[in-house]
Amino acid sequence: MPDSDTLAYDDRPADSVGLVTPHVVKFDTPLPLACGKTLPEYELIYETYGTLNAERSNAVLICHALSGHHHAAGYHTAEDRKPGWWDAHIGPGKSIDTNRFFVVSLNNLGGCHGSTGPVSHNPDTGRQWGPDFPVVTVSDWVTSQARLADHLGIERWAAAVGGSLGGMQVLQWTITYPERVANAVVIAATPRLSAQNIAFNEVARQAIRSDPEFFDGWYAEHDTVPKRGLKLARMVGHITYLSEDAMGSKFGRDLRSDDLNFGFDVEFQVESYLRYQVDTFSTAFDANTYLLMTKALDYFDPAANCDGDLACALAPAQCPFLIVSFTTDWRFPPSRSRELVDALTRAGKSVSYANIESPHGHDAFLLPEPRYQALFSAFMGRVAREQHIDAAGAEETR
Amino acid sequence: MRTDLELIYDWVPQGAHVLDLACGDGILLERLAQEKGVTGYGLEIDPDGITQCVARGVNVIEHNLDDGLGSFCDNSYDQVIMPQALQALRRPDKMLDEMLRVAEEGIITFPNFAYWRHRIHLGLRGYMPVSKSLPHAWYDTPNIHLSTFNDFEHLCKEKGLVIVDRAVGVGDHKGHWTSKWWPNLFGEIAIFRVRRRP
Repeated sequence: MPDSDTLAYDDRPADSVGLVTPHVVKFDTPLPLACGKTLPEYELIYETYGTLNAERSNAVLICHALSGHHHAAGYHTAEDRKPGWWDAHIGPGKSIDTNRFFVVSLNNLGGCHGSTGPVSHNPDTGRQWGPDFPVVTVSDWVTSQARLADHLGIERWAAAVGGSLGGMQVLQWTITYPERVANAVVIAATPRLSAQNIAFNEVARQAIRSDPEFFDGWYAEHDTVPKRGLKLARMVGHITYLSEDAMGSKFGRDLRSDDLNFGFDVEFQVESYLRYQVDTFSTAFDANTYLLMTKALDYFDPAANCDGDLACALAPAQCPFLIVSFTTDWRFPPSRSRELVDALTRAGKSVSYANIESPHGHDAFLLPEPRYQALFSAFMGRVAREQHIDAAGAEETR
Repeated sequence: MRTDLELIYDWVPQGAHVLDLACGDGILLERLAQEKGVTGYGLEIDPDGITQCVARGVNVIEHNLDDGLGSFCDNSYDQVIMPQALQALRRPDKMLDEMLRVAEEGIITFPNFAYWRHRIHLGLRGYMPVSKSLPHAWYDTPNIHLSTFNDFEHLCKEKGLVIVDRAVGVGDHKGHWTSKWWPNLFGEIAIFRVRRRP
């Protein structure tokens, strides 16, 4: 039985999972992919928070979004400035309460944070996978996640939870493995990308692919990184994650200096912010991974197997759903979540839906907000009651 | 549970598939599910109500009733329930059409503006009524379409709807004999069960 990664760490905030160490598991069973190719072997990196109970009934799967990874909560070292990407919602007493739940968070295949992806070694060629890494889909990810669940001895998730692209993985879980998901939380997601969403993704891909340092994806072999392309891609993405209001109230038309300088250097605060945001990203994130992740987004369309009828596509699902959207999210706006809700009600599924007032656009799903937290906690509290999960024993991990 | 909800509870058949418009904290749907095997969804706009429903395990969908029921298919429910929301809608008449498009039967409750206490407030004292069923001041009330037993029956007649049942709520009790005979005067809460003409 896997142990909690939570270590004793005296300085941590009371509601942090504290110091965590990732695990890597290698799979030797080949994984057939939607594109027709097969991954002969692969590794997945993951973290866990909390303790798996004896019945193995308290496991919660966290699915990450476009640029996410396995490090969802806590700190890797005592010196880390920032916790994991969803620390606002995972921890003792938080929405996903690690006193009750055993939380599993992984980096998806094709990622660049430790799971097999373009930066990994290709056993067939002896070089890096690079652009040869097959295009993976949300379905492929879910299959690989199911194998991770098998490895951890988890027959059924108490809940599968994800925001944005993560929410799409949760949806896919309820379709592919309905008997293995007891509850589904789908936040700021969409049942399929709109033409505008795909267009933004294409701009991002073109930015990367037209960078002279891209070398058709073989930049590593030229000892370089298509930094400029990746920066542009991230800039475009970042704009779609924020709302007009959030940008307006954060920066307005504020200038960095007092006067206009009639040039093309950074003048407005918003320009400076965007450049700063993407600087670290362009060296920390792999360009081929970015291309793969945007493709996985574009291809996701479960209704396509049912002549566009989403209710029919969701027919296999058995679990209760919580669907959440945010008022100022224009990347995956409330109307897209509502589409999903309407399909679920048409299919007679158990579903609740809330549209949370937030000024933060798509990024709101990552942030703490009182109503969001109250709702999320209420749902997870019911999951715990329904699965007969209590907080007993959890105190021992503290 | 509120008096009008108790009456609605009695009128929902075992195992029905219902839509509860303005389901509040979900208490009615929870009891209907647990005790009568009723399925369905509540619609609500109040954030606290939605969170309470989710905590109870009641299916709730954030929805503004003034947007209609366009996302729900014809005849997809056995009953549509609307407790204490009719008077707050922009077009109560259109909602009635919508309810009976989605289901064959609707249950509606609303405060009776012709209740004798309301009449005294307005008729004798000259003030807009404030009571247990109408707790708001005139300037901040969400109740923009107040009506009476007679008004509602008139609307049903105009629309050719069948009134299957009518009940009266007074205070915390189900109707007294006076309210049964003269509901428009002695009934504080109007409760109707209506159907499309077959």
